[in-house]
Amino acid sequence: MRSMFFTQAVDDALAQAMADDPRIVLFGEDTPLLRRNLLVRFGPKRVRGAPISESAFLGAGVAAAMSGLRPVVEMYMVDFLGVCMDALLNHAAKVEAFSGGKWTAPVVVRAPCGGGYGDGGQHGQSLWGWLAHIPGVTVLVPSTPADAGGLMLAALQHDGPVIFLEHKLLSETWLEFLGSGGRRTVWFDVPAEGVQGTVPKKWEPVPIGKAILRRAGADVTIVSVGVGVHRSLEAAQTLETEGISAGVLDLRTVSPLDKTAVCEAVAQTGRLLVVDEDYEGFGLAGELSAIVLEAGVSCKYARVCTQTTIPYARHLEDQILPNKQRIYASVRQLMQ
Amino acid sequence: MPLDLWSLYALMLKSRLFEEAIAKFWYDGLISGEMHLGTGEEAIIAGVVAQLREGDAMALDHRGTAALLMRGVDPVLILRELLGYEDGLCGGMGGHMHLFSKEHLTASSGIVGVEGPTAVGFALSVQYLHPGAIAVAFFGEGAMNQGMLMESMNLASVWNLPVLFVCKDDGWAITTQSESVTRGDLIERVRGLGVQAVKVDGRNVSEVWETCHSAIERARSGQGPTFLYARCVHFEGHFLGFQLIRMVRAPLREMPGIAIPLTLSFLHPGGAALHERLAGLKAVLAAVLATLRDPRRDSANDPVRRARTTLQSDAARLEELEEQVEKELSNVLSTVLAEAPS
Repeated sequence: MRSMFFTQAVDDALAQAMADDPRIVLFGEDTPLLRRNLLVRFGPKRVRGAPISESAFLGAGVAAAMSGLRPVVEMYMVDFLGVCMDALLNHAAKVEAFSGGKWTAPVVVRAPCGGGYGDGGQHGQSLWGWLAHIPGVTVLVPSTPADAGGLMLAALQHDGPVIFLEHKLLSETWLEFLGSGGRRTVWFDVPAEGVQGTVPKKWEPVPIGKAILRRAGADVTIVSVGVGVHRSLEAAQTLETEGISAGVLDLRTVSPLDKTAVCEAVAQTGRLLVVDEDYEGFGLAGELSAIVLEAGVSCKYARVCTQTTIPYARHLEDQILPNKQRIYASVRQLMQ
Repeated sequence: MPLDLWSLYALMLKSRLFEEAIAKFWYDGLISGEMHLGTGEEAIIAGVVAQLREGDAMALDHRGTAALLMRGVDPVLILRELLGYEDGLCGGMGGHMHLFSKEHLTASSGIVGVEGPTAVGFALSVQYLHPGAIAVAFFGEGAMNQGMLMESMNLASVWNLPVLFVCKDDGWAITTQSESVTRGDLIERVRGLGVQAVKVDGRNVSEVWETCHSAIERARSGQGPTFLYARCVHFEGHFLGFQLIRMVRAPLREMPGIAIPLTLSFLHPGGAALHERLAGLKAVLAAVLATLRDPRRDSANDPVRRARTTLQSDAARLEELEEQVEKELSNVLSTVLAEAPS
């Protein structure tokens, strides 16, 4: 076992896959600089810089995937998918259906996501629910270095389009690049367990669509992804001192959802709290309620999500993103 | 309206000092997230904005603080916004990349290239509602590869809209050298869309003012859009704290964190043949060398100093003006800092 930082783990798994599979290529804006360690090992033919032309290079990534390559297309931030959504929505996601199942686009879209470092509402969104809404797209949101590397490997082996989201608060490089910029005068509420952790000596894929129970609990099941998992674990610890046993289920994959794991856990506790940094309406939180209802699991339900545009001001941002206090209060209410 | 270098210099100096104060707040940790300063592009902004009047609109990029300040937005409000105060220009919701002023018909965005569609929409609106008014789009040369910007130029051309597209070329698209991701001549590219295109020295405020004066008059009189292409140097690169610039400024502190993983990866078994690895290493070194050679502190590239040199013949007036600008800024800073929200 080794210890790695979050993005270091993703890049390490990517390097292992690139050494094994010459079809894997990377491109995106600033990619030669951001992935310079991969550039000097795999060369400029496989690690390319792209102009600020998201529609062109994501669309090209989709077609390159259809024709035999395994591209990893880097978006500067998930928010910027807004510029080139057509390539995902109307092409990558549709190829398999349109071709009668005969053709797929195995492209990996790698993008930083999430807020908590004061970059404003165009740079701090999560958007996994919005993306998972599209049939034919797989959406991965790891919360630990081990899962990040393992899921990247799984994404590269998957036969359809995969969106791989790296939360910026977990990523040592993105937070440095966009948040601190080398400053020691700023502080962010970074979950230590998510930033650094043990990883396997040789990467194995973490199965897509499999949730993991991070903490067992008898009274309430908290279901979350990404940084939300760590916020939920913190809240669960406090709740334990008050005699409330809260379990935390880390989905790891937003689409396809691990319905079995969710329903099993909720059937045992009878209470479901969704902690979702993405927008509250029409998203993951509502989807999870539908899943338990469809399965005939009866439970009390609540959600802690982002309800508005993410404010720039740090103190306002901290209030609207799911935080320990909101999770704690919500569980207390479910217990009444 | 004749060219007045004194007032242009005052605008530029005010903006420079204001942004230097912003940098200090950022380094002190009082401003969160990224910070894209416009230091180095003041001549382009001042040469254009000084000629705007009531009813004109602006579409700004992620580097729009200088334009807002020169347009007359209260600096106290801007600074309080950047500090995240709820009585800031946008209630603490926007930050420096998303500054809005409805009364100045000015909108900013952190999405590269969107200044094009925004300016076209503003221009369409003013064509109906304020005949004679214009819309300005400020963007970098990196945005020139963004489809929506090119589409906007064609749209402005076919609808004959009063738009001034201002391209501030500092040679870097985010943190990539533009020449490695852009082909062809940008002026020719824009002319191909039927838009009048002119080139100016973006470090020379008088030249910017004069060239853009005729372009603005042309737009006001219904003769359509112009593309103004101006080279400049960004003294702080893409944003404050950019790793390559930090490395160049403090190599002993910053180098190990970059060089050690890079070397280990270069030597790692499995991967490309040596010549491919060397080509990769060469690309990394080229970016470092370009940063080293970047003419950031060459005073010839500083638009504020260049204007000052011209005005030095009247030392007394210059001193008075600079004292005045510094005093105003000092008042702004003390107002901003005096009343921290509870």
